[in-house]
Amino acid sequence: MGIRVVPADAWIDPSRAVARALVTHGHADHARGGHGQTIATPATLAIMGVRYGVADGAVQACYHAPVALGGGVTATFLPAGHVLGSAQILLEYAGERVIVTGDYKRSPDLTCLPFAVTPCDLFITEATFGLPVFRHPPIADEIARLLAARAANPERCVLVGAYALGKAQRVIAELRAAGWDEPVYLHGAMETMCRLYEAQGVPLGDLRPAAGVPKAELAGAIVICPPSALNDRWSRRLPDPLTAMASGWMRVRQRARQRGVELPLVISDHADWDELTTTITEVNPAETWITHGREEALLRWCELHQRRARALALTGYEDEDD
Amino acid sequence: MQRFATLLDGLLLTLSRNGKLALIADYLRETPDPDRGWALAALTGAVDFPAVKAGTVRSLMAERVDPVLWALSRDFVGDTAETASLLWPEPEPAPQGAAPTLGEIVTALSIATRASAPALLASLLDRLDTAGRYALIKFATGALRIGISARLAKVAFAQAFAVPVDEVEEYWYGQSPPYAPLFLWATGACPPPRTDLLPLFRSFMLAHPLENEVISLDDYVAEWKWDGIRVQLVHVNGETRVYSRGGDEISASFPEIAGALPFPALLDGELLVRGDQQGGEAGGAASFNALQQRLGRKTVSKAVLAEAPAFVRLYDVLIDGGEDLREQPWTSRRARLEALMPRLDPKRFDLSETIAAANMEALAEIRAGARNAAIEGVMLKHRASPYVAGRRAGLWYKWKRAPLLVDCVLMYAQRGSGKRSSFYSDFTFGCWDGDPDAGAELLPVGKAYFGFTDKELKWLDRHVRQNTVAKFGPVRETDKSLVFEVAFDSVHASKRHKSGVAMRFPRINRIRQDKPAHEADRLETLRAMVT
Repeated sequence: MGIRVVPADAWIDPSRAVARALVTHGHADHARGGHGQTIATPATLAIMGVRYGVADGAVQACYHAPVALGGGVTATFLPAGHVLGSAQILLEYAGERVIVTGDYKRSPDLTCLPFAVTPCDLFITEATFGLPVFRHPPIADEIARLLAARAANPERCVLVGAYALGKAQRVIAELRAAGWDEPVYLHGAMETMCRLYEAQGVPLGDLRPAAGVPKAELAGAIVICPPSALNDRWSRRLPDPLTAMASGWMRVRQRARQRGVELPLVISDHADWDELTTTITEVNPAETWITHGREEALLRWCELHQRRARALALTGYEDEDD
Repeated sequence: MQRFATLLDGLLLTLSRNGKLALIADYLRETPDPDRGWALAALTGAVDFPAVKAGTVRSLMAERVDPVLWALSRDFVGDTAETASLLWPEPEPAPQGAAPTLGEIVTALSIATRASAPALLASLLDRLDTAGRYALIKFATGALRIGISARLAKVAFAQAFAVPVDEVEEYWYGQSPPYAPLFLWATGACPPPRTDLLPLFRSFMLAHPLENEVISLDDYVAEWKWDGIRVQLVHVNGETRVYSRGGDEISASFPEIAGALPFPALLDGELLVRGDQQGGEAGGAASFNALQQRLGRKTVSKAVLAEAPAFVRLYDVLIDGGEDLREQPWTSRRARLEALMPRLDPKRFDLSETIAAANMEALAEIRAGARNAAIEGVMLKHRASPYVAGRRAGLWYKWKRAPLLVDCVLMYAQRGSGKRSSFYSDFTFGCWDGDPDAGAELLPVGKAYFGFTDKELKWLDRHVRQNTVAKFGPVRETDKSLVFEVAFDSVHASKRHKSGVAMRFPRINRIRQDKPAHEADRLETLRAMVT
């Protein structure tokens, strides 16, 4: 149900309410409400506040500023490059340095700070895309494909399925960087989080709710919705939508096919295989523990590269929509 | 090659039939010869390079990727070609010049040997991107498996050039890739290819399942649906060929049949082996199992010919002498067929008798009684029906007998391939070899991977993941708590299986969450159904 920090009597990303929780980032499978005390970055706390209401006992942990947890343990939150506010947590105890990465990526993201490579003794890494088939292409290429598909289908709109926290804002920011300055239309579930990103200093341009816009006006538009709404009743209001999905899983054709996606966009907020292995090499820990995802392959890579490693069977972290 | 790769990706991601047709038609119109012909061959399963096998790809990968990482990746992706395309190391420096064309690939692969094929394939893969590599491997190994039937490809061809699909079917079988004469005909540059010079296959007329249609025996005639192999015999210019369903020639496997039609004709019938099962008495047909022993043999020994002699039960005549009868109503063709019978060797041919029944209720009763005769069911043919390629609404129906049912216990599961690549969707199930409360064990009796809905598939996938007790490579052993009601057409004795029985056409009929595993059926129940 998470990782327990025994000497400080605290949990990292617990899946149930506990007395004291350290939360790496705001995604629902890592951040849950109802903890006695929640220690997280200001942005993550803001995200949790939107989702669960403002909780008592929130402790802000600014990046790179150590927090004493008691029991001789110090926690330092470091940028993880996953989504706005996401952090790795460096734990120091009796001269040992342990890093729990939470979710992370290494490729550039306009909406959050980049992953900080930090030396440690024990590195506890995620492995969502821990198979060598996963290589995420540069995001600019995928955005270019999206814009090309839009231009080739002037009668239709492009409907992009993207996770409401992080992925959606990253896609919008990249569209803006690619010169797309038309309005971007949003599913209702996206609006709050986009406003929060803007309030946290991430400009996203002209955003409008898709609801209530006449069908004809949406021809040639880009609409963003949560993956679950792609083939749902909601999308019937749109003019013959070309369904796209922004996800690392889209690298595998059959995954795209299973979701009924016409335009798979390989855009992920997680490290791909090369990023995972590069990160382990750069951090160069004495030992690596591998948590949620495809642990076996990364474990094998560690073995092939004479690195001490073990897999932790953590359940409850689901990234099917990433 | 890039165009073909784009076509394959488009076909994979396009769900609607019309969308697929449009993609293929656009490709065929816009792509030059011979590439479009080779693509058409790939879509219709007509590409074969004997020097390239799935094993060639696997051994190329074994030289480049750690075997454990390969196995984990292959298991996740669910498709060897796609896994290889994703894991292929990008060459350094990046290759110069254009990607190879399909024509260039064909030229290179068709002169390749087993020894030279791996290096050749590797050099081609180096010149392509991920999508191109996927398309090349699919193309070179001849197994696209992208859910496109040969028929759909022919319909797309007809659509591309605005020609009737029946004519495409008619001229198709005399041609071989890259089909230059077909394109010349379809684009209006040349007259159609001749079909009367060789013993060519004509597409079979097929039947729709009879579901809710109300029909009368005044309009339809009933025949048994025999459980053998549908075949076509064609004699032209002194040569006879025997073809099976897909137009594959099987003359060499059944020389006694090929040698028994000495005059020009085109006959449609069911290939069977002599035995006492189908038809009841000696001189009838043996079960499908007996026929299977003879399938796929390239040469046939005298002993086999004597032990399991084949014959054809005739359904129809398409061409008699030089006369094409296909436009004529079934009744006329039937009369011509009956008139032909005296000229045929009765050891090798008999006539598929029509069933006399006053009405559909009486026919239903006769059909229900046909269980032991290992007959698949009943065919209903409109008396006025011409002989047309494929399934045409309202002309022919198949009315299968109700399936047999047993309750089995889920034992093992494996991930599927294709669009089920991440789901545990291939199930092995078993029956008890005695009283489960007295320590009996489950023995596997069959495997099935369909019969359930997409929603049930998700549920089953979760059940397998949550109830796994052991893993053997990609196979998960479950806790044997879930009961399936399995439907199947028949069951045969089998020495290959520990349980001693083999089911024909098993599918998951129902998931019996309500039924405890120890109440599932015992082997003796299945053994009693053996035909």
